[in-house]
Amino acid sequence: MKEFQIVVLAKQVPDTKNVGKDAMNADGTINRAALPAIFNPDDMKALEMALECRDIIKKENKVDVKVTVITMGPPRASEIIRESMFRGADGGIVISDKRFAGSDTLATSYALAMAIKKLGHYDLVFTGRQAIDGDTAQVGPQTAEKLEVPQITYADEIIAATTDSIRLKRVLQNGVEIVESKLPVLVTVHGNAQNCRSRHAHLVISRKNDEIPMWTADDINPDFERLGMKGSPTKVKNIENVVLAKKESISIKSDDEGIRGLVEDLTAAHIF
Amino acid sequence: MNNIFVYCELKDDGKVADVSLELCSKARHLADRINVEVEAVVIGNKLKGVELELFKHGVNNVFCLEDQRLAFYQTLPHFSVMTKLIEREKPYSVLFGATPVGRDLAPRVASYLRCGLTADCTALDIDENGNLMQIRPAFGGNIIATILCPDVRPQMATVREGVMKQEIFERQAHTTVTNLSAAEFLEPADFVVNIIERKLEEKRIDIKGAPIIVSGGYGMGSKENFKLLHELAGLLGGEVGATRAAVDAGFCEPERQVGQTGVTVRPKVYIACGISGAVQHRSGMEQSALIISINTDPHAPLNSIADYVITGDAVDVVTKMIKYCKSNNKK
Ligand SMILES: Cc1cc2nc3c(=O)[nH]c(=O)nc-3n(C[C@H](O)[C@H](O)[C@H](O)COP(=O)(O)OP(=O)(O)OC[C@H]3O[C@@H](n4cnc5c(N)ncnc54)[C@H](O)[C@@H]3O)c2cc1C
Ligand SMILES: Cc1cc2nc3c(=O)[nH]c(=O)nc-3n(C[C@H](O)[C@H](O)[C@H](O)COP(=O)(O)OP(=O)(O)OC[C@H]3O[C@@H](n4cnc5c(N)ncnc54)[C@H](O)[C@@H]3O)c2cc1C
Repeated sequence: MKEFQIVVLAKQVPDTKNVGKDAMNADGTINRAALPAIFNPDDMKALEMALECRDIIKKENKVDVKVTVITMGPPRASEIIRESMFRGADGGIVISDKRFAGSDTLATSYALAMAIKKLGHYDLVFTGRQAIDGDTAQVGPQTAEKLEVPQITYADEIIAATTDSIRLKRVLQNGVEIVESKLPVLVTVHGNAQNCRSRHAHLVISRKNDEIPMWTADDINPDFERLGMKGSPTKVKNIENVVLAKKESISIKSDDEGIRGLVEDLTAAHIF
Repeated sequence: MNNIFVYCELKDDGKVADVSLELCSKARHLADRINVEVEAVVIGNKLKGVELELFKHGVNNVFCLEDQRLAFYQTLPHFSVMTKLIEREKPYSVLFGATPVGRDLAPRVASYLRCGLTADCTALDIDENGNLMQIRPAFGGNIIATILCPDVRPQMATVREGVMKQEIFERQAHTTVTNLSAAEFLEPADFVVNIIERKLEEKRIDIKGAPIIVSGGYGMGSKENFKLLHELAGLLGGEVGATRAAVDAGFCEPERQVGQTGVTVRPKVYIACGISGAVQHRSGMEQSALIISINTDPHAPLNSIADYVITGDAVDVVTKMIKYCKSNNKK
């Protein structure tokens, strides 16, 4: 019997939503120590959609369905693979290599697509809509293009799934749309989707010592020119911190001059 | 060759989306700096007359691809058209709105062409070497990055709605419409994803994700005065929040209540107007990156956690802020 393979792409990210006043160093750099590394929130929802999809397909088709989570990042990103297994994923892989450093979304999606191809067979790929650090929402559609499969973005609910097609509800700017695609297809999952199921106590016990495979660049058979900094056309030229360090409150006069000055300062600092 | 392309998004009524007109206007200014033309791409099922609107916003040439099957946006047909056209015309830059449509399409196109794509830009400029400087917030809005793609063309970017100004220009001396043939640009395989149903709904109020919140308390005095907060929030691309006292007084909808029994928000900027700063309210907003407090009482408790304190009448101060935001936008 053929196995039905569902891939989830997930990223470990600094918790940028919980940026308190101490998250920025005085010199304007990010104080990473003050930001815990977390499972990217949209990706947690992508994991849930994958698990739900597995449940539906298993029940109706009696096939063997596997959910595999892939992450690219430093070795400690295996934490989110472990977390996924505690919540029901069958397994996962970390792809980690210094040669991936400096990847923009083009190089990131290339590496992820090569890792997916390396798995051999896949039917569905779920990603988050957006990672909360890079904030681009580009990796999903770019991975779909590299795999040459259609994409369904901003999905928030599975309407139906079989071994050869999926029907999803997706969030539009001003409404919703229900779409259907043949498999394989890549789906990006919107923040409105269902929260992920919690850990299962028995999985926490049974999977806590499972070895998590770690692949290097060599394992995914890449064109090395397309990895990391070399494979990244976008170059970050300059970074400015917009969070003003906590100071004594500044008093602003409520007259025209005071308010005009404030609005101009905040506009110049890209805050307004 | 080397022109600036703007991918134009269509609204459900067939009109060009505001963000696309904003981009055409911006592209006109950039194009004049480097002596190239602005070309718009419109893909849809009813495009008659669409060029007239675009010419007003500084476009030289409009590429139109009209086909029955293109009533609603779908990724693959638009992807086919854009990639084929870009390969043929070799533009300097291609701009998309950072809307759900633009952020669905642009990355796939950039991936195929293997060019750089900068997400969700809030400003564009051209540097001394003729490269497009793409400025964008990242890291949850806590940093602003300037991004260049020095080696690869086209330089692609998605640009946030409402940050560029829509401008009317005198019609360019040279304007054209170039019709593209569906047979040449589309394939049956582009229609493998089926739209089963589409439901448009009224926008639900959700202030949690707003980068800027203009929040009003009981000190705003009336529902009428809250309109000023909506106007300011609209100008800043933000949302209106409120205290429980303001909600209870009927100044605005309960979905906007911030605090212990409302929503917790962490915007980039929280502008508190006539809010005393009760602990139940503060718990829902004290993690905001920047807090501005406007209050007639210089000792209002909220002032102690504010970065900027403005002592004065909220209606008067907000009216001034609106005035200066408007004059700043015009610059
Ligand atoms: C300040 C700054 C600005 C940047 N701006 C740009 C830019 O404008 N354009 C650009 O091309 N690059 C940019 N980058 C680089 C970009 O952040 C990285 O390429 C990053 O690896 C992927 O982008 P993202 O975080 O935006 O992910 P997104 O595209 O937002 O992620 C979408 C989904 O893809 C999946 N995914 C993403 N990364 C991984 C991963 N490592 N492992 C597994 N799954 C993953 C997840 O499911 C995620 O939810 C920028 C980086 C910085 C620091
Ligand atoms: C269990 C519980 C839960 C609660 N949950 C919430 C919650 O989720 N969210 C919430 O907001 N509250 C909550 N409250 C209520 C909270 O305690 C406060 O009563 C409420 O936040 C006060 O709202 P306010 O600041 O608008 O009004 P007030 O406290 O009445 O303050 C009005 C302020 O406006 C100023 N002012 C007056 N005129 C002007 C003017 N012309 N220009 C400028 N400033 C002016 C005044 O100086 C004053 O500081 C809760 C209370 C309880 C007991």
